[in-house]
Amino acid sequence: MSTIEIIEAGPYTSIQDRGRFGEQRYGLGPAGAMDRLSLGIANVLVGQAPGDAAIEIGPLPMTFRVTEGVVRIAVAGAVRGMTSDGRALSGHETILLNEGDRVQMRAASQGVFTYLAFEGGIRAEPVLGSLSVHARAGIGCPYPRALQPGDRITVGGASTRETERLLPPLAETHGPLRVVLGPQDEHFTPAAIAAFLAADWTISSTSDRMGFRLEGPKLEHAKGFNIISDGIAFGAIQVPGSGQPLVLMADRGTTGGYPKIAVVISADLPRLAQMPVGSKIRFAAVSVAVAQLEARAMAVTLAGLKDQVREIGGGELSSAFLLGANLAGGAVDALE
Amino acid sequence: MKPEPVILPCGDSALSVELGAVIDETLNGRVLALDALVTAESPPGVIETIPTYRSLFVVYDPVVADYATLAAWFLDRANRALTPPKPGRNWQFPVCYGAEHGIDLPFIASRTGLSEAEVVRRHAAGLYRVYMMGFLPGFTYLGGLDAAISVPRRDDPRLTSPTGTISIGGIQTGIQCLASPTGWHLIGRTPARTYDPNRDPVFFLEPGDTVRFIAVSPDEFTALERRAAAGERVAEAGNP
Repeated sequence: MSTIEIIEAGPYTSIQDRGRFGEQRYGLGPAGAMDRLSLGIANVLVGQAPGDAAIEIGPLPMTFRVTEGVVRIAVAGAVRGMTSDGRALSGHETILLNEGDRVQMRAASQGVFTYLAFEGGIRAEPVLGSLSVHARAGIGCPYPRALQPGDRITVGGASTRETERLLPPLAETHGPLRVVLGPQDEHFTPAAIAAFLAADWTISSTSDRMGFRLEGPKLEHAKGFNIISDGIAFGAIQVPGSGQPLVLMADRGTTGGYPKIAVVISADLPRLAQMPVGSKIRFAAVSVAVAQLEARAMAVTLAGLKDQVREIGGGELSSAFLLGANLAGGAVDALE
Repeated sequence: MKPEPVILPCGDSALSVELGAVIDETLNGRVLALDALVTAESPPGVIETIPTYRSLFVVYDPVVADYATLAAWFLDRANRALTPPKPGRNWQFPVCYGAEHGIDLPFIASRTGLSEAEVVRRHAAGLYRVYMMGFLPGFTYLGGLDAAISVPRRDDPRLTSPTGTISIGGIQTGIQCLASPTGWHLIGRTPARTYDPNRDPVFFLEPGDTVRFIAVSPDEFTALERRAAAGERVAEAGNP
């Protein structure tokens, strides 16, 4: 076992895994990684299961130091400059760090959330089946809050393998974010549904792990904006009285009393999660059947990642070259 | 006559089974009966459920179950008789009413034309049903409020309200565990924590349980709050 210490961390940096399920009936939301695809890539590189816990690093800089033992890390998701004592590091490949090594990660230059996974995983006792931090609920392991300087995290030690590994980039997805209309699309006028699907929406600066607020045309309710509170899915788009939509993300409340016009399909949630404040997005409606085909395709991709991992041999190019430093997808906007 | 159940897709990994469109004990009982059927029969792919006032929210894995199959399963069950389960446990929650713990008590009194003491007496005399828990961990929506002390929600929600707040919003009253914004009126505070991630069990209330409030003094509140902070439940299960 090894230990790392957080030297510097921005406000949205926390330990996240696939999420905590089973307690939503008591109001405890699942939390979990905002971008489950990037979490999976980082984990699989270091030999962990795709949904295992990693450090989710928000858009601001983060620095940590190996305080005990040798660790092997992998990084995926939002692109940012990374160095260790002057040595430039790359995402999408495993990196061996020795005791005392310090890794500096700059602010994200593309995307929002970067995932830092460790060989042997993060060692902590799960609460209700998960390590995921839900800061508002005061739950998560080993710290029930966002990470702070001085925090120490126990991780599995690095194996003695000689070579490092890389994962080729996944194909990028472009175009509008796909949604399934409903469950309360009938609470909106036909004109509001049309405007919702036609507008260029801007992600507001008040967005966080709870939800992404969107700015655009005011959407009109057909039957008022109160419903009898019901359950809320990851990616549900609720429209309160202001007529400005809110996409509910990983730290959402479990139930709510505003009508939900649509839900972002799960295969497009990783792309949405990586869109910084100010990004322009557009929505396109698809059927549940299409959304489920895409969800299954994403599950196949995640399950197949481990077969894509390659050894970095003597003559093989490093992933930094292969990727051109573009890890999270170049699309800052999701329009046509 | 019971309304036709409706199955609504909520994206590709969840659906909502709506059994009606009102806040009503019998309807909520049927939601709990449907929820019990899910536990008993565990249809493939279902990850968890959220029983709410008049609907059951179902989270599922789209790799295991497709929407059409699950929707048909739930429509079939929702059309059955669905006998509401027997009432759950009854809980007694200590509450310190008014003053610093219930800053909206004077407003509730003036709005309803009752004295503060009468508002408290009526609130503490009620037997409430846990309709659902949601929004934030441990937030408990209770039905059964005396209509004479019902006051509409605030136009401008308060940015924060303390842990353990007991509040009134329209015909509902609620127990809130975590500090959070609220549009409801603060009538008192309970030292009991409906959610404590460091306690086993983390939660103890269930939908279908009933709740009574027992008025306590500020000193009793402080003493009980200390015990709750040490992991005690403080709310007691007893006879209705």
